[in-house]
Amino acid sequence: MQVQQIVKKLNLTVIGGNDGIDNEITGGYTSDLLSDVMGNVGDGNVWITLQTHKNVMAIASLRDISAVILVKGLKPDADMLEKANEEGIPVLGTEMETFEVTGKLFGFLQK
Amino acid sequence: MQLNYSIEGGDFTNAGNASSQVKKILKKLNVDPKITRRVVVALYEAEVNVAAHAYRGEIIVDINTERIRVVLKDEGPGIESIENAMTEGFSTASAEVRQMGFGAGMGLPNINKNADELNIKSDVGVGTELEIITKLK
Repeated sequence: MQVQQIVKKLNLTVIGGNDGIDNEITGGYTSDLLSDVMGNVGDGNVWITLQTHKNVMAIASLRDISAVILVKGLKPDADMLEKANEEGIPVLGTEMETFEVTGKLFGFLQK
Repeated sequence: MQLNYSIEGGDFTNAGNASSQVKKILKKLNVDPKITRRVVVALYEAEVNVAAHAYRGEIIVDINTERIRVVLKDEGPGIESIENAMTEGFSTASAEVRQMGFGAGMGLPNINKNADELNIKSDVGVGTELEIITKLK
């Protein structure tokens, strides 16, 4: 499963990091606590969060996250977006709330 | 090989720069990705700790064929109780830091989990020195 497939399936907006649109997805992780993600996320997971600052991309890069989904129509800070483009890690947007998008992604990845 | 970085208290924008650069260097050196992950997770958490709690800090990353030794030495308030600080869930981080999703009391426990050896020296009112050793073999 590639990032572009979930973009299509969940109707997500690609906000930045287009270079990583073919990244392979291994699963997902939902959390807004950065140390929790740092300690527990799996390589290649999609990370669903409401955090929009640059440190999100630092963690995404260090832990080889395949894409970040920002919930509730949230937009990344300018320096987060810049880092996403630099690292080639897609930042995806949705109007859905965390519960809904996590559930949909989970269901989709189970198939 | 020795690498030096510095970090300023409160500067979350640049917290993570050292771990990001170290990751790239370890990749070039063909270090096992699992070991690299342990090193950079521990270093990142330690960088964030300096940004969240201290005034400024120096980072030394020393790599040889046996191990990677990371030392973070900061000027800051120090740690009153290392035992408390090592307890998962314990945090003295500010509300502002917590809003960013840090300060959940997971930093030092994460560092401990990812280090083969962790040594902490701290003087209240002076600063803290962390030594993180990860074996390559």
